[in-house]
Amino acid sequence: MSDDTIRFTLNGRDVMVPATTRGHLGDLLRHEFGETGTHIGCEHGVCGACNVVMNGVVVRSCLTLAVQVAGAEIETIEHLGNDRDVAALQDAFVARNAFQCGYCTPGMIMTARELLNGNTTPCREEIRDAISGNLCRCTGYQAIVEAISDAAESLRETPSE
Amino acid sequence: MNKMMSKGIGAPLPRESARRLVEGRGSYIDDIVLPSMLHVAFLRAPFAHGRILEIDTAEARELPGVVAVIDGKDLAKVCAPFDTNPPGVPHHSSPPQPALVIEESCFQGEAVIAVVAQSRAIAEDAVELVFVDWEELPASCSIKEAQSDDAAPVHGGFETNLALRHRLGVEDVSNAFESAAHVVEASFEFGRQTGVTLEPRGIIAHWDPRTEALEVWQSHQVPWQMREVYAKQLGLPQQSIRVTTPDVGGAFGLKLHAYADELAAVAVSKLLGRPVKYIVDRLEAFTSDAHAREANATCRMAIDLEGHILGIDAVVDSGFGAYSIHPRGSFGEAMQAAQLIGAPYNVGAFRAVVQGWRQNKAPSGAYRGVGQPIACAITEDMIDLAARAAGIDPAEMRRINYRSTLDAGARATQSGLVIEELSLDACLEKLLEAMDYKELRVEQAGLRKQGIHRGIGLASFVEITGVGAGLYGPLGLPLAANEACRLTLQPDGSLTCATSVTDQGQGTLSALGQLIAGEFDVAPGMVRMIAGDTGRTPYGGGAWASRGMALGGEAARRACVRLRNGLFDVAAEILQCEPSALSFENGEVVGPKGPSGVTLADLGALCHYRPYDIPTGQVPPMTVEESFLPANLPYITSNGVHAVHLEVDVDLGTVELLDYWVVDDCGTVVNPLLVDEQLRGGIVQGIGAALYEECVYSEGGQFTNGTLADYVVPMAGEMPDIHVGHITTPTRASGLGAKGVGEAGTVGAPAALRAAISDALSPLATRVVKQPFTTRRILEAIMAAENARQQ
Repeated sequence: MSDDTIRFTLNGRDVMVPATTRGHLGDLLRHEFGETGTHIGCEHGVCGACNVVMNGVVVRSCLTLAVQVAGAEIETIEHLGNDRDVAALQDAFVARNAFQCGYCTPGMIMTARELLNGNTTPCREEIRDAISGNLCRCTGYQAIVEAISDAAESLRETPSE
Repeated sequence: MNKMMSKGIGAPLPRESARRLVEGRGSYIDDIVLPSMLHVAFLRAPFAHGRILEIDTAEARELPGVVAVIDGKDLAKVCAPFDTNPPGVPHHSSPPQPALVIEESCFQGEAVIAVVAQSRAIAEDAVELVFVDWEELPASCSIKEAQSDDAAPVHGGFETNLALRHRLGVEDVSNAFESAAHVVEASFEFGRQTGVTLEPRGIIAHWDPRTEALEVWQSHQVPWQMREVYAKQLGLPQQSIRVTTPDVGGAFGLKLHAYADELAAVAVSKLLGRPVKYIVDRLEAFTSDAHAREANATCRMAIDLEGHILGIDAVVDSGFGAYSIHPRGSFGEAMQAAQLIGAPYNVGAFRAVVQGWRQNKAPSGAYRGVGQPIACAITEDMIDLAARAAGIDPAEMRRINYRSTLDAGARATQSGLVIEELSLDACLEKLLEAMDYKELRVEQAGLRKQGIHRGIGLASFVEITGVGAGLYGPLGLPLAANEACRLTLQPDGSLTCATSVTDQGQGTLSALGQLIAGEFDVAPGMVRMIAGDTGRTPYGGGAWASRGMALGGEAARRACVRLRNGLFDVAAEILQCEPSALSFENGEVVGPKGPSGVTLADLGALCHYRPYDIPTGQVPPMTVEESFLPANLPYITSNGVHAVHLEVDVDLGTVELLDYWVVDDCGTVVNPLLVDEQLRGGIVQGIGAALYEECVYSEGGQFTNGTLADYVVPMAGEMPDIHVGHITTPTRASGLGAKGVGEAGTVGAPAALRAAISDALSPLATRVVKQPFTTRRILEAIMAAENARQQ
């Protein structure tokens, strides 16, 4: 590997890109890999629309320099449909109409998945607290809280294999 | 599937067609990439008011990857400035607004130079290399500054900054005030806000010199309006332009307007003959998106001994920004802020003077509710002040003054409002029961003795929805304001609905599909929706003023009836019965003898493939188009009542929201799952307006809080659960009866919070005046009252 390329794992696939120092991970995913499910809302780390999973932890892709992902494992919304928690969340978001324009939703689901990984029985306040770094301008948040609560319940009722 | 669901109306169906959005498969404007596409970045004006002395672009042009550096004079060769002076709006004026500043810039953030490059990053780098020598000019930024006698002109073309002056109601209301038992008077201030769509504005324009056709993809609400705007500004035939709106990440009125920077991007494509993309970044969004709400007002209200309103006398001063926004102007907010004052009530004598002021700030325009949140806040605060003066409970004060219809023989209220029928009594009754109002008042009184300051705020509203040609036509605004549906039966029995209505997340398209599926009693998945594309949809408005179901739903219903009637004519011949005896059940024709075995798919195949087998020989239309506007009504009126329960910490000035209720009458509810979250989302935006949101400019006109960390919007942690109830009074203007619901939450919530905070502070003999009610402003109100007591 030469100095001017970086390698990382994107949604289970080994990939290699030129290391450009000025770009952030969000732009890298969107422009280099066409993974446009990750959305750019504010580019200063407030809105959470660009949340992705890096080495198992949710990060703001707009605050993560592209070169920081060298050697890391990155997961995005497009390929997490097979993830049990994400699938349950997506079903619940549709059932509860917990989204309107959908721009915040991929980032919101990243955050909710992380919550459910650490807490299988979150109460409403814990859910509201957990998603307080994700801006949704359309819904009143209530349907999102209910969807995450529903997803937690359905995951408890159908234990993983 | 139960019977109710099968007929479409009233079923809380999830939006299965929107599942792709939760899976990251949306297609928003920045997700679209065209071959050989270039990118634009703008150099923007650094001062509130300035004059360009010299421009030097040589260094920028030399940067590798830069294709063109274009200034206002270059662009003016292919693109006319916006002229926003509709002939039907008297005493209104706006300077011409060029796509790029030609000489005089009038607000900080106005686009000055377009740099076009292979990538956005290169374009932004090159912007840094452009040199502009500026002369800073004196500016008028606040409304007070703009209206003062020695105000600096906002634009060199006008000596004063008065952009609009209008009086609603009668000239003289003095009789009502002279005979009153009580007169209350108050002043109001409303801070500037902006819509903050999570997806900023964005556009791709492609002028193809080979075909002499312009294609535009834009994150927008009204594609037909934009086709006509671009045709006019660029001098192109309307039919040479196609505007498509892909998935839109929030709009809220902000994406209703024509923006100079987006026009510039289109003009750049025309100049270069290449596809051009421009995506607004967050700072640009704050400084150049339509702003809203900035207003100062005073109001007097006269009541008799029993608390009946005898008269209202108001003055509203509205901040327009540098230009009246194109094409609908900035006067809508000002006019509705004045016209809707007192709308829920029988108000006796009415006078409201409204003035609009040019300012060296971003242009103001439509944002969810358009002026109505201001009118509602003024009205409800006045009602509370009057109730206190008369010693009447605020809920009772509202009840005894509610209006239900226009006075006999009247065409409109004194303010010119055309009202069909209101249901405020029923809404209030249901609301008070849901919140257990009396019990809350008892609890409030008890807690006050312990020094706990809880407030209960009520807000009744009347909302104008489905605004159409009846309003725009007389103003001289050439706008598509009807909504249309083109419905096609496919050979396989599925249906295609091409609608002029657009959907930015409201779920309108899903609800239209649900409605159409119900009319033929087929699964919603059998209806394919096409929208947001002037190349593929019938002519019509799009999305504003809560019109999707109210107008688009009725157009769809009428199209269904016509298509179905043609099919029934065929089926009646086959079944040897009267067409009127037929209906659809589970997609099958049901006749006098029950299910006929003839399905929608059979009819589709017969008409498309074997028309010669139709007994009459007459093939009914397989595509029908219906367009709808209410007859004799400029708009529809919905209504409702909000209530909030909150606690103010009088030491910290903080507000904790404890509970929230709304009872809304939006007429027929097609899908309550969608409608209820429209209300909740609107209410949360209204809470943002009341507590957090303000575009803060420095005295010199610099935007000071242009990040989402500094301009605070509601997040989940601080928001309450919201209880939604409905009263259903279908409008008689349509067969469907839907009135619209998109703005109802935002119209009432700021008024409810204002009322509740002032109610909480009432033992301290103070009230809040300026929105948003930040901790600082609440503490200032408390301290001012303390100081007054000590003196």
